[in-house]
Amino acid sequence: MNKAIRAAALVAALPWNSAAADPAAASLRAELDALKADYEARIQALEARLARQEEQLRAQQDEAREAPAQRVAAVAPATAGTRAFSNANAFNPQISLILDGRMASFDRDPEDYRLPGFALGGEAGLFEEGMSIGHTELSVSANIDHLFFGRFTAAMAEEDGETEVEVEEAFFETLGLGKGFTIRGGRFFSAVGYLNQQHEHAWDFADAPLVYAGLWGNKYLDDGVRLSWVAPTSMLVELGAEVFAGARFPAGGERDSGVGARVLFANFGGDWGASHSWQTGLSHYAADVEARAAGGHGHGGEGGEETPTFTGDSDAWGANLVYKWAPRGNYRQRNFKLQAEYFAVDEDGDLVVAGSDPLEFSSLDGDQQGFYLQGVYQFQPQWRLGLRYDRLWSDNHGSDPEVLAEADLLAEGGDPERWSAMFEWLPSEFSRLRLQYNRDDSYRSRDHQWFLQYTHSLGAHGAHRF
Amino acid sequence: MMRVQWQRLWSKWMVAALAMVALPAAAELRVFACEPEWAALAAALGGDRVSVDTATTAAQDPHYVQARPGLIALVRRADLLVCTGADLEAGWLPLLLRKSGNSAIQPGRPGHFLAAEQVRLLAVPERLDRALGDIHAAGNPHLALDPRRLLSVAERLAERMAAIDPEHAAAYRERLAGFRNRWQAAISRWEAQAAPLRGRRVAVHHPTFTYLEAWLGLERVAMLEPRPGVPPSSGHLAELLEKLRAEPVDLILHASHENARPAGWLAGKIGVPALALPASPGGSPGVGTLESWMDALVADLLHAIGAEG
Repeated sequence: MNKAIRAAALVAALPWNSAAADPAAASLRAELDALKADYEARIQALEARLARQEEQLRAQQDEAREAPAQRVAAVAPATAGTRAFSNANAFNPQISLILDGRMASFDRDPEDYRLPGFALGGEAGLFEEGMSIGHTELSVSANIDHLFFGRFTAAMAEEDGETEVEVEEAFFETLGLGKGFTIRGGRFFSAVGYLNQQHEHAWDFADAPLVYAGLWGNKYLDDGVRLSWVAPTSMLVELGAEVFAGARFPAGGERDSGVGARVLFANFGGDWGASHSWQTGLSHYAADVEARAAGGHGHGGEGGEETPTFTGDSDAWGANLVYKWAPRGNYRQRNFKLQAEYFAVDEDGDLVVAGSDPLEFSSLDGDQQGFYLQGVYQFQPQWRLGLRYDRLWSDNHGSDPEVLAEADLLAEGGDPERWSAMFEWLPSEFSRLRLQYNRDDSYRSRDHQWFLQYTHSLGAHGAHRF
Repeated sequence: MMRVQWQRLWSKWMVAALAMVALPAAAELRVFACEPEWAALAAALGGDRVSVDTATTAAQDPHYVQARPGLIALVRRADLLVCTGADLEAGWLPLLLRKSGNSAIQPGRPGHFLAAEQVRLLAVPERLDRALGDIHAAGNPHLALDPRRLLSVAERLAERMAAIDPEHAAAYRERLAGFRNRWQAAISRWEAQAAPLRGRRVAVHHPTFTYLEAWLGLERVAMLEPRPGVPPSSGHLAELLEKLRAEPVDLILHASHENARPAGWLAGKIGVPALALPASPGGSPGVGTLESWMDALVADLLHAIGAEG
């Protein structure tokens, strides 16, 4: 029809004299032209339809030639979507299950493990000696509707002969609030560090870096809200803030009525050519700590358990850097990943040994810091090698050094240090076998640790973070 | 006095900040393409009305792309996302979408365009089991290697661009008409040229060329990967060698981003050519456009079997 109008317009624009000479003929010609144009358009549409049908027919014939195992069920060509399911199960969320287990060997008794100068909280500590299953992780996620995405992750682990289920994640997230904003609410891993936002099964080593064990209880998660914003720039600039209830280590053992912990973070990243990518982040964490059990081991006092608890302010600064390389950006064959994180914590408050009689207490001016640096090289599609170095320092003071000693907050003349090496075989994208060795100088004499670990993933193929 | 100055400064900053946010939206249509074939198609249909960024190059295996910070920044600013779908990008695209905070390109929005949803896919598995390898439930995703399917995608993509940028709808349709004419002529040319390829027997590294095989009538008799996505083991290659000695093939194909060694080894043993083909435009010099890419695919295949015009 467009063409008809255009033809009519063309005729109307003809020089006046010819139209004036014979207006009837001109209008007749215009009508004729319009008719011709109209037919042309119709014929073109018909031709296009015919071509499409031919294409479908050819596609069907080609499919018939395909090997039987790959033959397509004879369904009508998809129109807007894929196949027409009338199955309520098609809306089931993505479910993935991580199976994780290991064999661990230590020279020293893992029950005696300590990190002098640091409070072991959360899940920090060594694995069980011998064969044991680690975290069995069940994750369910889906778009809730056009506005929200949701995920639930439960980690099941056995502790002291009892199976414990921990809700690691239960959050919703906005889907494109627009202008680069995203809000997440519920329980989730804080963006305080790079490794902290990865699930344990995505870690490159079997255990957490010492700085995560010493400062975050292996990983920091809590109930709260996050607001983040991605700037409209060619380089990634992401700014965000989180507020948490502050109920979990290292914020405290008791729930604050309001906000117990706050995190600010900024991430920057980009590419250098096709082969190199980088990301760097800065973060700040502040918490009002309320009766946090400090020190992993309680002393059996005469009148019952004695547990050092800390109440005060905690401030932490973090910096991280990740660099990845793959020849021409093709990660399939070979790639290398360099990763480093640094944290420094400053704590001011009071240590009280709960359950002691008479009550023992001390002031605490704590200064703890540490970093790890690791490199992982995938030299063939199924094989990876990794090396990691861990180092911690602490400088904690208080009015009563004995109380600090009881809380494991004295360095005892040596700062923890550890070297780790790992070797992985990945038969497919969904399975992994890992052998890891740690030369651990965390505590007094050296410990040689060996882990043989499997991590398998069942179900939905999850996307992995950078 | 101080206060007035402060207010002035503040309003200046606000204007600058607003300009930064508002300006890019007023300019051309920003397209984020997951693979180079869709970038080339979007550029062909959009001309100078669009600016196109590509997540991957032909040198990269699109299954194994990292959700890089640079890609999040690109998705953040995109008006239209053009990807393959069918889970080809399952390992990285969902994360980019969620991290971007960009509402225009989320699934279900007009700015979210998946090629696999526009045409019928081949090799839809009858049984879904990870023991069969990294199979795609919706079917084989490498559909751009069938130029007829690519034309169907082009028709839909031009409509989508017209819907998102209605001001220039006529321009997109016009460019589509031009593309359709050129492409249909090219298909006839390729089909005529490729006649000697019909019925040739090939072994492939990975099911990357399923659509090309179906279109040109190549017969795939073996796959080097024991299962899709699992690299060939020496045991599997030894078995293949026996099999291919008994039933010879004319060619061994692999994508240029795939490991060339297994194909090269096997080809050397049985004395047939191993051929690396670019799975996307831009894989080798001079094949940057869709047409030159297809030209090169057909020419390379003909050259390899010694039947060039």
